[in-house]
Amino acid sequence: MEDYVVIDHCLMVKLPAEIDHHKACYISEKADDLLLSEEVDAICFDFENTEFMDSSGIGIIMGRYRKLSCFGGKVYLIHAGKQIRKMLEMSGIEKVVEIR
Amino acid sequence: MKNEMELQFDAISNNESLARLSVAAFIAHTNPTLEEMADIKTAVSEAVTNSIIHGYGNIQGYTRHGEVRPSISEIQEGKVRLYCKLLDGDLLVEVEDWGKGIENIEKAMEPLYTTRPELERSGMGFAFMEAFMDDLSVESTPGIGTVVHMKKKLNCGAWIGKED
Ligand SMILES: Nc1ncnc2c1ncn2[C@@H]1O[C@H](COP(=O)(O)OP(=O)(O)OP(=O)(O)O)[C@@H](O)[C@H]1O
Ligand SMILES: [Mg+2]
Repeated sequence: MEDYVVIDHCLMVKLPAEIDHHKACYISEKADDLLLSEEVDAICFDFENTEFMDSSGIGIIMGRYRKLSCFGGKVYLIHAGKQIRKMLEMSGIEKVVEIR
Repeated sequence: MKNEMELQFDAISNNESLARLSVAAFIAHTNPTLEEMADIKTAVSEAVTNSIIHGYGNIQGYTRHGEVRPSISEIQEGKVRLYCKLLDGDLLVEVEDWGKGIENIEKAMEPLYTTRPELERSGMGFAFMEAFMDDLSVESTPGIGTVVHMKKKLNCGAWIGKED
């Protein structure tokens, strides 16, 4: 199950095992609720539990990046495996987010 | 050896996992590497998701409780056909829909090109299918539907081709 906490103005999102279009709608919606209701200036997506992702995952990251970057917020991605890194690289998103 | 399977399901997002897990189970006995497995699951997911979202316009699926949210949205009737064939270590996959079709296939296949940016689509679907499979071809007629053909050589080809 995915998990959301705000620590020090940073929204930490623990992503689920599988990220597809079906799941993506819920993740974006939940993250946006917290972006609006809490004082958040950074978001960190944690891929530790993620075994599968398709382009819907790229959409989630790009969408949150667009919202946060308007006021200088940052997006961090952690624990991304080889396959996911390849997708991040191909989409060009790795140029605008911090990958740790 | 030769093995085939065919599956047809409603064009709703709940079936995206069904599609990729079916293909994964279909090739499991060939002992694919984790990387091959991930490549194939991603490519199948891209093609099936495209049929559901773009072919039939089904943005929302059913929630855990079986309803559609937001309640103003409606699920469009439509089917997606998934066909797989294993032939001497090659996996062939076809994903077909009878939806809207694509006006300009060449344009649609360009990386980052999407007709639905408002839905947070990134336009990377075809680029991922191309990168993760060995062969990709698309046939589509506006108003009739779309078929995506993909092929991938599995590294177990030699083992599979062996006579018992
Ligand atoms: N089965 C289909 N039926 C109708 N149109 C399609 C179909 N598949 C793709 N398209 C068209 O091709 C475009 C590009 O598809 P592609 O998968 O590359 O990107 P996307 O689906 O828009 O975004 P992403 O896959 O990154 O979420 C789509 O925006 C859509 O206009
Ligand atoms: Mg797509």
